[in-house]
Amino acid sequence: MKKPRVATTSLAGCFGCHMSILDIDEKILDLIELVDFDKSPIDDLKEFTARCAIGLVEGGCANEDNVRVLRDFRKNCDILISLGDCAIMGGVPAMRNGIPLEECLREAFMEGPTVYNPERRIPDDEEIPLLLDKVYPCHEVVKIDYHLPGCPPPAEAIWKAVTALLENKPLELPYELIKYD
Amino acid sequence: MIKPITFIVDGKEIRGREGQTILQAALEAGVYIPHLCFHPDLKPFGSCRVCTVMVNGRPAASCTTPIAEGMIVESSSERIREYRKILVEMLFVEGNHFCMVCEKSGNCELQALAYRLGITAPRFPYLFPKREVDASHPEVFIDRNRCVLCGRCVRASRDVDGKHVFDFAGRGPEKKVAVNSKGRLAETKLSSADKAVDICPVGAILKKGEAYMVPVGKRAFDRKPIGAEIEEKGTDLQS
Repeated sequence: MKKPRVATTSLAGCFGCHMSILDIDEKILDLIELVDFDKSPIDDLKEFTARCAIGLVEGGCANEDNVRVLRDFRKNCDILISLGDCAIMGGVPAMRNGIPLEECLREAFMEGPTVYNPERRIPDDEEIPLLLDKVYPCHEVVKIDYHLPGCPPPAEAIWKAVTALLENKPLELPYELIKYD
Repeated sequence: MIKPITFIVDGKEIRGREGQTILQAALEAGVYIPHLCFHPDLKPFGSCRVCTVMVNGRPAASCTTPIAEGMIVESSSERIREYRKILVEMLFVEGNHFCMVCEKSGNCELQALAYRLGITAPRFPYLFPKREVDASHPEVFIDRNRCVLCGRCVRASRDVDGKHVFDFAGRGPEKKVAVNSKGRLAETKLSSADKAVDICPVGAILKKGEAYMVPVGKRAFDRKPIGAEIEEKGTDLQS
């Protein structure tokens, strides 16, 4: 029987949630018995190769590429999970949301106390994805089926969620596993 | 003589005294009704509505509604639980609650309510309002990003500390906690020993130099939900 596929990505995140996936310790051996990884930084597949049962999304949407990847995940995954506080509410990147984008860029590339930029040029190469006006939680961009809060979510919460969903069981997390920090 | 009053919460008979509110009598009897702006040392205020219950079929804030003989109160029904969840979710989206970097995380009553209600993400879009921080005072700072306008600091400073350092200014989305000075917290009579400082349920008013003193796992709400100690008391009372 073909194993269900799982895809993961980090949008505007710090990869801490991916660290938490690895933090399931020796259960990672059980995990690879259960699933195959598709598009994910874990196997470095850049594009989807087949339809996936579960997509785990770390990070919110800070730029147009994040939106493109997130929409791609929605299209290719049966169940989409927001993994961690950044995916759920924007997290640390969203701390810029109260500051106009132009002011953020000016501070980062021109006026910050440690900036050396004699041309006073804000990076504008077309390879660099354009920033959005603010950082958006994933569920404000596409439909998200489940949310696993935490910074990062406990490894046990990720394990419980993935295994429950693969077995078509309801996802019920005990009190200790719903944390916002 | 104070008249005893018997009323019903979720099918359970509770005995209180005349003059008590539903919330006071319930907490005393070991029945936890989730609440936020209420504090036992302060006058009830009724601003957050988290303690809303059905009283004889109508919604009412249990912290301001006096008990009456034979009153039927519904607090843990599916419908009330859902209302409460919606209220707490709204508190999260209308402020800037970055729990991952907040000193109060783990000891925060707003966060603890969300944990207890099992909120994993709010159903409403985040507003990301622009709010002010005032760290001018040598011992205390106020971060309005985390303020839920519960008015505990306003009441404590006025009624307990007798200083009237805080009050509300503005209306609607512009409403904020203002300080009683030309502008900054440093110019007020506030001291870090004031009740108004300790009583903030969230991380909006905090003492400086005391952050992250308790390790993760040992903070107030890491292992037990908010209200657990009241419910334990209730179990003891029954046995």
